[in-house]
Amino acid sequence: MILKPYDDEVIKKLNVTAVKIRKHVIEMLYRAKSGHPGGSLSAVDAIVALYFHHMRHNPKKPEDPNRDRFILSKGHAAPTLYAVLAECGYFDVKELKGLREVNCMLQGHPVSLYVPGVEASTGSLGHGLSFANGVALAGKADDKKYNVYVMLGDGETDEGQIWEAAAVASHYKFDNLTALLDRNFLQIDGNTEDVLRLESVRDRWSSFGWHVIEIDGHDIGQIIDALLKADEHKNQPSMIILNTVKGKGVSFMENNVDFHGVPPNEMEYKLAMREFDVLQRRLEAS
Amino acid sequence: MGKEMVNPRSAYGETLIELGKKHPNLVVLDADLSKSTKTILFAKKYPERFFEMGIAEANMISTAAGLASCGKIPFVSTFAVFATGRVYDQIRMDVAYSNANVKIFATHGGISVGKDGASHQMTEDLALMRVLPNMTVFAPSDATQTRRIVELMATNKGPMYARIGRASTPLIYKKEELKDISIGKGMITKDGEDVSFIACGTMVDHVLDARKILSKEGINARVIDMHTIKPIDKKLVLKCAKETNAILTAEEHSIIGGLGGAVSEILAEEGLPCRFRRMGVKDIFCESGEPADLFEKYGLNAKHIAKVANELIR
Ligand SMILES: Cc1ncc(C[n+]2csc(CCOP(=O)(O)OP(=O)(O)O)c2C)c(N)n1
Ligand SMILES: [Mg+2]
Repeated sequence: MILKPYDDEVIKKLNVTAVKIRKHVIEMLYRAKSGHPGGSLSAVDAIVALYFHHMRHNPKKPEDPNRDRFILSKGHAAPTLYAVLAECGYFDVKELKGLREVNCMLQGHPVSLYVPGVEASTGSLGHGLSFANGVALAGKADDKKYNVYVMLGDGETDEGQIWEAAAVASHYKFDNLTALLDRNFLQIDGNTEDVLRLESVRDRWSSFGWHVIEIDGHDIGQIIDALLKADEHKNQPSMIILNTVKGKGVSFMENNVDFHGVPPNEMEYKLAMREFDVLQRRLEAS
Repeated sequence: MGKEMVNPRSAYGETLIELGKKHPNLVVLDADLSKSTKTILFAKKYPERFFEMGIAEANMISTAAGLASCGKIPFVSTFAVFATGRVYDQIRMDVAYSNANVKIFATHGGISVGKDGASHQMTEDLALMRVLPNMTVFAPSDATQTRRIVELMATNKGPMYARIGRASTPLIYKKEELKDISIGKGMITKDGEDVSFIACGTMVDHVLDARKILSKEGINARVIDMHTIKPIDKKLVLKCAKETNAILTAEEHSIIGGLGGAVSEILAEEGLPCRFRRMGVKDIFCESGEPADLFEKYGLNAKHIAKVANELIR
């Protein structure tokens, strides 16, 4: 493993990138007049850390057999993935304007067939970890050095398939696999603990044979450290529990279940953009 | 003059409340979509008879079968894609094979789901459910008919599946017009002799519009609302074949295996000299977009239907 050193400057740059991605997300959803702000915003910092710092990937060679892979199992956070892929250079940033429109590339949920950089078609929850297992298994079988990262929603882990996959990953000792759980405590019908209790999340994954790390999912330094630890860990798959805030970055969307699947209206859009501008200036001045 | 638009999902939720009052055995299960399917209305009124199952649809179906085995009348709701394809084996074994009294009521069927994209636009559910022995399959066309179908599901025994769309749709019927509605009996919504449209779900409104376009050209189309896809009203299909000599089916579903499939099976076996076209999704995955844009692109709006009907009878 090559350790990529990072310092305050690197973190600052990544934080600025995260604001840029959040702006894209809100703009895309406002334009599309549909989509999922809450879970897109909570996922930003981890996906930014992966693509802009941690993963070995080349936007000019999206099919490179040795690339690290990222699978967005919670496919409704597609806007975040699309914005990140576009800013990395997988496709033209202009495509973001066509999100969810007829005759455009960017579908409401990710489709691997149409979008360079999208590894798996998702949107039906619960499949991504199994898919990631397949990629990890192929990596082991072919003696490849790539790592597989997969992001799950916390509500998504209600699905039985997640636990089938969790058992397989530890049984086969997939130490080339790291899952990231967007632990924002909300799904659609309410708080995850009221809908279908998940706690203790940490104990559940440990008892399934996983190496568990728990961090602040909006602290990019912590995210990078956790990813490095996960990569280094041998003989077990790793689960990084990202403690996050649904709607992170927009005051009135934060922890607000109503913004799971409702886009901002014009006033909300403007307010959100203003909040991002303030944040961006503060970060750049720091 | 605009049409009166009503959301069939609200009609479903409201009817559940009425039925809940009449049937103390009626229970409702949902998989983290109660705000979308509108089972939340029932949940608020009868919290002790509503079971939130989380995002775990397979478990939900088998649980419903267990409830039914104890005399409950479970209504199970989620989006059509998760209510059928995702849980097919659970439905096959625990519901259909066991002839369990489970009512699967799915919302967000078809391409009018719109912007969420093909992952969420279920266009194979009618086929999947139709092929299962013991299963009754409905696709109501408006909010009024949705109410009546939900009542029929609650009061008749056996495994049943119904699907409605996401969007609000024009009201086609007044309550009185549906007092005689029954399972397996199609409705002649508008009579005509030149061509028969046999449609279900949201497409009934589209063929009614196509009928208006055709009437300006002197063509008098019959409109059949085939709310029950299975058992299909074979008598009515044959009557249309004989009386109009031309049938066009329309559904927000694959042209394979659903309404068009069912009608073509009847026509082929009877060997009637009837011109025939299926309109629906032509064995492809569609895409994200405004429903109106999708109906235009995939040839399912009134204009396209009228054109195909015109060609069919020329
Ligand atoms: C199999 C399946 N069932 C239901 C849905 C509908 N749905 C979309 S998002 C969502 C809630 C997801 O909650 P969570 O995983 O916590 O995501 P986040 O909070 O990160 O948005 C549901 C139920 C789906 N997409 N797939
Ligand atoms: Mg969540």
